[in-house]
Amino acid sequence: MARTNHAPRNSFLVPGITRYSRSVIYSKKAIYKRKKTPQPKPETKPAQFKTVEIKGDKNGKERFIPVHKAPRFYPAEDVPVPKKSRKLNKTTKLRASITPGTILILLAGRFRGKRVVFLKQLPGSGLLLVTGPYKLNGVPLRRVNQAYVIATTTKINVSGLDKFDDNYFKREKNAKKSTEEEFFKEGEKKKKEFPAEKATFQKEVDKSLVATIRKDIDLYHYLRSRFTLTKGVFPHKLKF
Amino acid sequence: MAWDSFHESTRFRKGAFKRLVEVGRVVFLNYGDDTGKLAVIVDIIDHNRALVDGPSTGVPRHSHPYRRLTLTDIVIEKFPRGARSPTVKKFFDNQKILEKWNKTSWAKKLENRKKRASLSDFDRFKLLKLKKQRRFILQKEVSALKAKS
Repeated sequence: MARTNHAPRNSFLVPGITRYSRSVIYSKKAIYKRKKTPQPKPETKPAQFKTVEIKGDKNGKERFIPVHKAPRFYPAEDVPVPKKSRKLNKTTKLRASITPGTILILLAGRFRGKRVVFLKQLPGSGLLLVTGPYKLNGVPLRRVNQAYVIATTTKINVSGLDKFDDNYFKREKNAKKSTEEEFFKEGEKKKKEFPAEKATFQKEVDKSLVATIRKDIDLYHYLRSRFTLTKGVFPHKLKF
Repeated sequence: MAWDSFHESTRFRKGAFKRLVEVGRVVFLNYGDDTGKLAVIVDIIDHNRALVDGPSTGVPRHSHPYRRLTLTDIVIEKFPRGARSPTVKKFFDNQKILEKWNKTSWAKKLENRKKRASLSDFDRFKLLKLKKQRRFILQKEVSALKAKS
């Protein structure tokens, strides 16, 4: 029999006020038994004092003074000091099923339904770096959020790409149009060409990938094809 | 009428029920913790429930309503009514009931269903490809035959 969810142990008396205090919950949940993860240490404090050279013979040449001069007067009223935020930017945690080389199914956007190869997680944004490979199914190197992806159990070998990061996807800034003439000309402008370096880089990345994929003709066709649902197929009941 | 003669006569009577609730009947449980397992009717409790047991298939001895089981074609021969678990196991194993069950198309169908559900996306794609190839060969032959006639 399916188990029903139990009610929360710590229910709300009034929104915002819980039945049990924080310390009671601490002992109830037995948090003291759990492993504590140490709080990251604050960076070393900047120096409070500095030595300054003093001119003149009789002045001792050097003096040890505070970096910030103490105010001569204290403020008459209390000035509120903003609270220091202790939040950290954590890198996105990937689903356990997504590891480098996993074949993913894209769910949204222009390439929805395409099967692509996951290369690595980008360190800055935490997004997934993905390639078609471009030669097989037209999906270029792309960033995707893991929410818009189904991870399959199929995996292939992927290596390299250690130095790759979000900078690749940065948009080039256009020089501002100063004159009126240029401004009106803009409409006539043709589509920007895809930068050649990016094209060569794409080829480089795909080269070894395509070689490994080609070894298995089924896999080759698999990546070229799109994922679709048909009548009577329920995605929540499928195993990927 | 003696029990045995009645038993025999109904089992082979044409048009009558072919599967009866009887001691020794192997049943397929379709509800509860033991869903999808085989068990044997050890005793009949009333017109709603039977005592079933399946020591070889991991089903504990318990009463089970008829509406939550399906009768199979298999009957354990000379099965003593109310037999205890070790005896049930002996009869079940000696008459190779599990083997018999696995040979039935019913069991095969269930097995296939399970296999199909466990296919990964890539496996499904490979299956699709193979089916396409088979279809290609078949249709070629069929059209060749059609052209002949």
